[in-house]
Amino acid sequence: MGIDNLLLGFQVAFTPFNLFIAVIGILLGTIIGVLPGLGGANGVAILLPLTFTMPPTSAIILLTSIYWGALFGGAITSILFNIPGEPWSVATTFDGYPMAKQGQSGQALTAAFTSSFVGAFFSIVLITFFAPLLAEVALKFGPPEFFAIQFLTFSSFVGLGGGNPLKSLASILIGFILSTVGLDIVTGQLRLTFGFTDLMKGFDFIVAVIGLFGIGEILLSVEEGLQFQGAKTGMNMRVVLDTWKILPRYYRTFVRGAFIGFWMGFKPGGATPASFMSYAFAKRFSKHPERFGKGEIEGIVAPETAAHAAGVAAILPMITLGIPGSPTAAVMLGGLIIWGLQPGPMLFVDNPDFVWGLIASMYTGNVIGVIMVLLFVPFFASILRIPFAILTPLIIVICAVGSYAVHNSMIDIWYMLIFGVLGYVFKKLDYPLAPLVLALVLGDLSENALRQSLIMSQGSLAIFFTRPIAGAITAVAIFFFVLPIITPWWRRLKGSPAPASQTPLH
Amino acid sequence: MRVADLVTAGLLMLLGGVVIYDAARLGIGWGIEGPRSGFFPFWLAALLVVIGAAVCVQALLWGSRHPFVTRERFLPVLKVLVPLAGFIVLTDPPGPWPGLGLYVAAGIYLGFYMRWVGRHDWRAVVALSIAVPVITFLIFETWFLVPMPKGPVETWLGY
Repeated sequence: MGIDNLLLGFQVAFTPFNLFIAVIGILLGTIIGVLPGLGGANGVAILLPLTFTMPPTSAIILLTSIYWGALFGGAITSILFNIPGEPWSVATTFDGYPMAKQGQSGQALTAAFTSSFVGAFFSIVLITFFAPLLAEVALKFGPPEFFAIQFLTFSSFVGLGGGNPLKSLASILIGFILSTVGLDIVTGQLRLTFGFTDLMKGFDFIVAVIGLFGIGEILLSVEEGLQFQGAKTGMNMRVVLDTWKILPRYYRTFVRGAFIGFWMGFKPGGATPASFMSYAFAKRFSKHPERFGKGEIEGIVAPETAAHAAGVAAILPMITLGIPGSPTAAVMLGGLIIWGLQPGPMLFVDNPDFVWGLIASMYTGNVIGVIMVLLFVPFFASILRIPFAILTPLIIVICAVGSYAVHNSMIDIWYMLIFGVLGYVFKKLDYPLAPLVLALVLGDLSENALRQSLIMSQGSLAIFFTRPIAGAITAVAIFFFVLPIITPWWRRLKGSPAPASQTPLH
Repeated sequence: MRVADLVTAGLLMLLGGVVIYDAARLGIGWGIEGPRSGFFPFWLAALLVVIGAAVCVQALLWGSRHPFVTRERFLPVLKVLVPLAGFIVLTDPPGPWPGLGLYVAAGIYLGFYMRWVGRHDWRAVVALSIAVPVITFLIFETWFLVPMPKGPVETWLGY
């Protein structure tokens, strides 16, 4: 049945209009990924209002194509400019920029794009097979199971996010609190509005994403006084083909990276640790670990494969469980709700053309994407050579337009400014932003799942432990929450030294 | 850094307090149809207050003494923030006063920033200040039919 559905999906994805949409999306996405201050999440958020009038399948193809493009674009800035556009491209700079400085940027870019493609493709194949199975399981879930999964989602930020666990928790709580502002649909009461009519509508996550990631990122980059002095692209057909001849040697790194990426990726915030983990493994298993960090091509293959496998895997929980695996997936999930679709397992039953069109478009989108970036790298790189005093106001105007378009309201542009300042301060103080956005998106769903569960159990929290599936998930979630507490204790027990500084402050 | 950490954590605790106050008004217990409106916000806010206190302790014990930001590094940040606020006010000021609309304000903002921060050539400034709003207008208003705030210039042009 899987193959039939996929064929149905390809019929949707292969219509000329949807292919055209994919090309436009990847073009825009790559530009967005290259530009400082515009990453996948806020790029998708800004363009979301443009999709309100489109058919949902074309709309999701546009948004996912922007996502693929942004993932590719991150590699361009990392290698040519030593500026990781996204946190998961940090590991790509380790060997990418040294290669570019040695005049091998063509090889580095080809390796990065090819690895991205391989990682993404691996994840898409797995999604094709796993998504229907997972959706079938999820159809049997009730509110306690959904709440437990949401609990797990947020616990993994605290336990596996790598930052300060208290601050991760604070970010999650702020996101949830912001999501409760406005009308409570269940009781019809106004919450946290304090008589202000502007607060009745609540805070829209799109505006939060644009402010936190877009404006906040711009403020950070002007403070750091970034100079864009890039290496030459040095791409031509010869270089691409020559690099492709070398790459199969690293098949182990590809396979390892893809597995790490997929495994980490369907949990939230997984792409960044996946890329570092894959890099570390590649270095450990390499015959020449001393070459890493000085321009080793394998040091590009490893993180790029993993990051893209993870980026694609983040779509899996979004379409099967209604839980986004990354901020960008969260924005797409918001899109689904706006287009009138119910995210979660029912999509496979009610809207098979949408789901399978989306999955098929992941194949076509990534093939189109890798061809486009290989062909047009010099064009994309030239965007960063636009003077900063033009780029900054241009990006800000685009952000303002995107914020206004969500509800046609001026107050949203002011919120964008406030969220921008908040994003700047939080980023400097090591409060992670992704969990805040995810909590804001999932707030209503989580609260409803919690309420319904408590009604089922007449107020007893035991329902999250006594039902078998919910109980198992809750147990894992609690384990993740206490992980930051037991890790130092466990280290001491084993006799290995704890890290020098407890708080990762500057 | 430590002061900024303490101030932020303090503000978070204050936010928590405000939320608890409102949640208490709404009722944090069990109503006729299950948990009442204040139930979820109350527990979130209570936890936030605890976390805020813990972050304060953490900052006092281990916080770094580096300044949050130095004066010369903060100046470029203000140079972005202040014109941005100006751009929003020009588009549509709060209150009853009419604004210039987003497109005209964007042109003025872009030109001002290019000239003030980038010291670009006047010809480039004027060309881009006109081109960017016109292209944005074509994409949003005519192609995707997403309306933006408009002012007297658009009215004069017949939109």
